[in-house]
Amino acid sequence: MNFPALDLNSIWFVLIGVLFTGYAMLDGFDLGVGALHLFTKEDAERRIMLNAIGPVWDGNEVWLVTAGGALFAAFPNVYATVFSGFYLAFMLLLASLIFRAVAIEFRSKQPMRWWRQTWDVSFAAGSVMSSLLIGVALGNLAWGIPIDDRGEFAGDFLGLLKPYPLLIGLTTVVLFMMHGAIYGVLKTEGQLHDKLRRWAMNCIIAFVICAVTTTMATLLYVPHIAARVREYPWLFSLVLANMLAIANIPREFHHGRDWRAFLSSCATIITLMILFGLNQFPNLVYSQPDPAHSLTAYNSASSPKTLGIMLVIAIIGIPIVLAYTVSIYWIFRGKVKLDRMSY
Amino acid sequence: MDVLTLSRIQFGGTIAFHYIYPPLSIGLGVLLVIMEGLWLKTNQPIYHQLARFWTRVFALTFAIGVATGIVMEFEFGTNWASYSRFVGDVFGSALAAEGIFAFFLESGFLALLLFGWDRVGRKMHFFATCMVALGAHFSAVWIVVANSWMQTPAGYHIVGEGLHARAEITNFWELVFNPSMVERLTHTLCGAWQAGAFLAISVSAWYLLHNRHVAFARASLGVALVVALIASFLQLVSGHVSAQGVGRNQPAKLAAFEGLYETTSNAPLVLLGWVDEKNEQTRGLFLPGALSFLAHNDFHAPVTGLHEFKPEDRPPVTPSFLFFHGMVAAGMATLFIALLSCWYWWRGTLFNTRWLLWVLVFSVLGPQLANQLGWFAAEVGRQPWLVYGLMRTPAGLSAVVQANVVLTSLILFTIIYFLLFAVFIYLLNDKIKHGPYEEDLIPSGKLALPQPDHLTP
Ligand code: HDD
Ligand code: HEM
Ligand code: HEM
Repeated sequence: MNFPALDLNSIWFVLIGVLFTGYAMLDGFDLGVGALHLFTKEDAERRIMLNAIGPVWDGNEVWLVTAGGALFAAFPNVYATVFSGFYLAFMLLLASLIFRAVAIEFRSKQPMRWWRQTWDVSFAAGSVMSSLLIGVALGNLAWGIPIDDRGEFAGDFLGLLKPYPLLIGLTTVVLFMMHGAIYGVLKTEGQLHDKLRRWAMNCIIAFVICAVTTTMATLLYVPHIAARVREYPWLFSLVLANMLAIANIPREFHHGRDWRAFLSSCATIITLMILFGLNQFPNLVYSQPDPAHSLTAYNSASSPKTLGIMLVIAIIGIPIVLAYTVSIYWIFRGKVKLDRMSY
Repeated sequence: MDVLTLSRIQFGGTIAFHYIYPPLSIGLGVLLVIMEGLWLKTNQPIYHQLARFWTRVFALTFAIGVATGIVMEFEFGTNWASYSRFVGDVFGSALAAEGIFAFFLESGFLALLLFGWDRVGRKMHFFATCMVALGAHFSAVWIVVANSWMQTPAGYHIVGEGLHARAEITNFWELVFNPSMVERLTHTLCGAWQAGAFLAISVSAWYLLHNRHVAFARASLGVALVVALIASFLQLVSGHVSAQGVGRNQPAKLAAFEGLYETTSNAPLVLLGWVDEKNEQTRGLFLPGALSFLAHNDFHAPVTGLHEFKPEDRPPVTPSFLFFHGMVAAGMATLFIALLSCWYWWRGTLFNTRWLLWVLVFSVLGPQLANQLGWFAAEVGRQPWLVYGLMRTPAGLSAVVQANVVLTSLILFTIIYFLLFAVFIYLLNDKIKHGPYEEDLIPSGKLALPQPDHLTP
């Protein structure tokens, strides 16, 4: 397949971004629900939280799997450098995802207190760790990592734990908790519903603090991004849109339009990802201290033929995926009720 | 130990663990479609009970399959980065296609399969079951495409030189239908159907032996036995075709499988034996001419021996030999057990032939063993190549990853996987002990049996 007129590299930069954004928006809320899991002590409430994400968490995680596969296919050099460079971080991420996944499945299969307590902790810890690690990875890509002239990572594990990436990691955790709490509000009723609403408000406050700190830190300490914002001041309008989306959440809550509050929260995530993408482009991995070694959408991509074939696969696949994702969410709409098949 | 050895142990170990579960999901998926289909067709509530019980087991195998699968997808990048750079253009598309076409389908409809019993109508639920089974089969298709390309690369050309060399696609369909893909896919799928069917057989036989849930167990055993017999037969045929493919595409591998050093016409098949690597000889019980027949459909055709290959191009002979013969033995045993049980069933004595039921209880191990040994034979027999003829295994390693780091992750995975396996067995045992629910015999709500017309006003 050949599309000579199209800039396939840029298209795939965007599509990978779309996949990761889909992941953040969808798995974001169920990682958030996981992070909030221990805040309630009652078994019934915990089960409702679990079952709120029960039918959809697996599908949400597939966005990550597909994004990973697409990255492998479209930008093999990025996939290879980042995954081998962040080796230990990714192993921890895998361990967290494993524990989280099986905790959801196993927790309610036995009645013993110790059993449920163990899996509850796995679920919460796995969710927080996953969000944190994803955020730290993103933070490192924005800050820049040392790349040598062969395109290999030239740093070490501890070097990844700089304050800026950690700040992004923390922001991600809080963002997902906010997103998860709002999703929870949608899916629950009664006492738990009120609790979640209160948590959501607290998370919003925490997130605004994080977001402001991150923005300041970025402008002050990440010169290449600051330079880009100075060059294209309209990027600020995205920051503004992002802030408006957050501010809109309490307003929608106030009017009892929980659905719109959730959509606002989604919009927050989308604007953040667009901002990230625009600040990076065309770099997928910014090299620091030597920017000439950066991995870009042009120097680390697969051949145009493969990008073209993948585009066809995406054009056939994505509408089908969206169609049944929407149907599944529609079929399982409404408040959670526990029954015999529930987790 | 060096990075290479550690990475190979880690990759082999994590994929072998992953591969316990997908075959069960694929096989149980087929059984679920049959059971639910029978329910829709006959309206007999026993089939509803079957479908509900096996759905719960399916959920368990599926969950661990998913959790361990994500590890595999990351490991190419973490441990085999140079390999990933080399094959990304080719191999990556198959992996991405698997995500889009298989995993989304599977996980989406899984929600309906597990939680949708009372939410959608019977037909819609059946449709969801079919889609989950289809999705599981698609996963197998794409991953076997990717793996077969490593065994028999096609539809690519090499661009660049030295460290910058990489394979690029020239023809997508040639890549997908590479020379070994069709036979390896059929063979893998048959193995998966066997794995699912023999699990159901084993559990049902256990109920019959303990005189519990008898009606359930008989129905379950019946469905599963038919699937097992068909799959085991197809497996024999497809194994034969695979062996011929190996002879054609990877003669060094076939020679290692049979411990054949000298090129021989009228080459014998080793029934039982061992390889004496020092003297480059294979001793044991032979079936003269059978290998020639197996590989070329002709008792007198010559079969290439290991001496035709430079020592550094030969796979490790003893492991290949043992894994391959282990698989064939396990496979023959499953076919034999399936045949014998069907014979007793047909005579009407299966359900009270206790020794045979005991054999059936343990038969679940047969396909698992054959599946694992089969993959080990295929992968070890591919050595010393990572991508056959193009890239040697040490060349595929990540350049920046150190041995102590891999050792850390290897220990981490060993602990986690032992734990997971223990919990899996514990919960599976619990589900089996609990057995099917009585309520499932009287489906209600949206699932209720259709009423005869004259009862509805
Ligand atoms: C229940 C599972 C099962 C059973 C009963 C058998 N196999 Fe098998 N075999 C597999 C499961 C398997 C597998 C796990 O699916 C493999 C590994 C890779 C592949 O493509 O299939 C495999 C590989 C494999 C290969 C190597 C293919 C390659 O390296 O590319 C050959 C030659 C055979 N098989 C031949 C046989 C024969 C002659 C059998 C006679 C009974 C047999 N298998 C039974
Ligand atoms: C599921 C069953 C599988 C099992 C049990 C299995 C087993 C193994 C083993 C034991 C090794 C180490 C080989 C050695 O040390 O000689 C290995 C290596 C490898 N396999 Fe497989 N494999 C399986 C499926 C796959 C699939 C489906 C793929 C690709 C899509 C794959 C790709 C690889 C790669 C890249 C290596 C690393 C390089 C090497 O050591 O050869 N394997 N596998
Ligand atoms: C190196 C090779 C492999 C990789 C990278 C891989 C990757 C994955 C991933 C990422 C998942 C989770 C998908 C989700 O989140 O829903 C998964 C599950 C699955 N994989 Fe694998 N896999 C490999 C080998 C295999 C093989 C050899 C088969 C079968 C022939 C297979 C069949 C499946 C199936 C059916 C599932 C769904 C879960 C289940 O049924 O247990 N995979 N795999």
